[in-house]
Amino acid sequence: MLTILFDGIAYGMLLFVLACGLSITLGLMNFVNLAHGAFAMAGGYVTVIMMNRYGLSFYWCLPAAFLVSATVGAILERLLYRPLYKASHLDQVLFSIGIVFMAIAGVDYFMGGQQQLINLPPELKGRFDFLGIGIGRYRLFIIVLCAFLVVTLQLALTKTRFGSQLRAAVDDGRVARGLGVNVSLVFSLTFALGSGLAGLGGALGTDLLGLDPNFPLKFLIYFMIVVTVGGTSSISGPFLAALLLGIADVAGKYYVPQLGAFIIYALMVLVLILRPHGLFSREGGR
Amino acid sequence: MTAPVETQKLARDWISRSNRVRLWEIALWVIAVAAIFLLPSKLLILTEITILAIFALSLDLILGYAGIVSLGHTAFFGLGAYAAGILARDYVSEPVTGLIFAGFISGLFGFATSFLVLRGSDLTRLMTTFGVAMLLAEVANQAAWLTGGADGLSGIMLTPILGLFEFDLFGRNGYVYALVVLAVLTFIARRLVHSPYGLSLKALKLNPRRSAMIGISATRRIVAIYTLSAVYAGMAGALLAQTTSFVSPDVLAFHRSAEVLLVLVIGGTGYLYGGVVGAIIFTLLRDWLSVVTPQYWMFWIGLILIALVLIGRERLTRWPALLNRKATTRAATQLAEEPR
Repeated sequence: MLTILFDGIAYGMLLFVLACGLSITLGLMNFVNLAHGAFAMAGGYVTVIMMNRYGLSFYWCLPAAFLVSATVGAILERLLYRPLYKASHLDQVLFSIGIVFMAIAGVDYFMGGQQQLINLPPELKGRFDFLGIGIGRYRLFIIVLCAFLVVTLQLALTKTRFGSQLRAAVDDGRVARGLGVNVSLVFSLTFALGSGLAGLGGALGTDLLGLDPNFPLKFLIYFMIVVTVGGTSSISGPFLAALLLGIADVAGKYYVPQLGAFIIYALMVLVLILRPHGLFSREGGR
Repeated sequence: MTAPVETQKLARDWISRSNRVRLWEIALWVIAVAAIFLLPSKLLILTEITILAIFALSLDLILGYAGIVSLGHTAFFGLGAYAAGILARDYVSEPVTGLIFAGFISGLFGFATSFLVLRGSDLTRLMTTFGVAMLLAEVANQAAWLTGGADGLSGIMLTPILGLFEFDLFGRNGYVYALVVLAVLTFIARRLVHSPYGLSLKALKLNPRRSAMIGISATRRIVAIYTLSAVYAGMAGALLAQTTSFVSPDVLAFHRSAEVLLVLVIGGTGYLYGGVVGAIIFTLLRDWLSVVTPQYWMFWIGLILIALVLIGRERLTRWPALLNRKATTRAATQLAEEPR
């Protein structure tokens, strides 16, 4: 029982890291980016290539995955995403579906369609008992790392100059620009950061979620749930949503496997009916 | 006192003018019928195109006329396919009955879920439609006793259409059947969108706040068009199930929702024939690509999508507006051209 809770928390934390970039682009910048999973997939494949082809340590792969995804994100943002910030949602949807399709086929072409496996370092394998709770070492690692990230992000968003610039740019881009905030640079950096985090999440999730070319579509619904249910008020909304989703999904699969993913979809639709702007929505925002 | 009468007359004239049958429409139907005789070996792919055209037409009703972006339109398509398939397998094997039954079931479901798209922003709608489609896909996958689960629904045996025309090996009657359905549905949709109701939908799409102010209420109109669109999509699904005698769980998969969006966008939204044009282009393109690069055709479809958006859809799909402009008389130019 508590083990399931623990696994659910780890899963939820991972989902949060994967999805928080999306909660910024989709929630704050109002860009429907269905291709977010592609950045996560990029991170996952960076890990796979580095570990399996070049035999590098798992710990080196994590920052590498972050950097590669962030760079890809920054380049794409400059070249492709930027002209579409003001486009209609339909255009954004079509565009990002196009990116997803290209990413899927491209990865399939270069890496093959099979599931990718990685060999975690020995100290992260297995599980131990703590007060009668079975704790997976790797899951503990994820929880610690993600908790650290959450705190850092929250502090960065609320306490630093960049955080306030971002919030200003999002709340009212024109006024922020008038006050001397370089809005397009802020958006670029934020987009890169979000993509990088997704890449990191993808790298961490290679072992837990599995990785194959269909990753961006398979987990798209999870990302979207986190963002829409969590709302966009702060880091904490999506974080709580991700935790809830993680726990609900793990518990649901354990206790009522025949219902499968039914529960979370039903929950999401229900939340959206009752609270169209998410459980933890912000008042007065755009 | 004469002013309102004058305006009414103008409006009535405008409606009847926009309702007039265009030359290219007639040409399109002539070609579609001629294909029965000219391309007897390609009837299966023509059937596929026709079904896709109906599906895209149904999406056009909500996207092009009511402005609802749906990421889960395949829910109705798949539901219709399963409804027709199950009916044919277990109860009635007459296709037209199945078609109507599928339309009815999908319509009911569309009516029930239409209340979800009334609220919230574009994003919420995207998510709810997407979620509903995923939900159905999960149900179809789990309820193996009814739907055959991941193996798909097989064992559909159909009796001749209306007891007269049997499905033949070359798909000839199948194509004629699908074409007749497409023609009937297009005709109905045509009457509908050129009616005052259709115009009020367009007003809602272009500016909901202003249309609310001049007394056009959104709720009933959107519920109605969404339900109708679901009926259409369900019928398209039923046609697929009947012409292929098989329903795979793939009918509810996300990529179908994406595909139908693409089809419609290639063909252009908001003039009803976008689905037909898009379906022709898309199917031929996909066939060609999957011959050239089997397995990786998705890549090129993705590239086309991106190019389409970056270049600007409007620029590519303005041809019907241009054709119309030539066809309309000078009187029409006095009234402001309908902005696309």
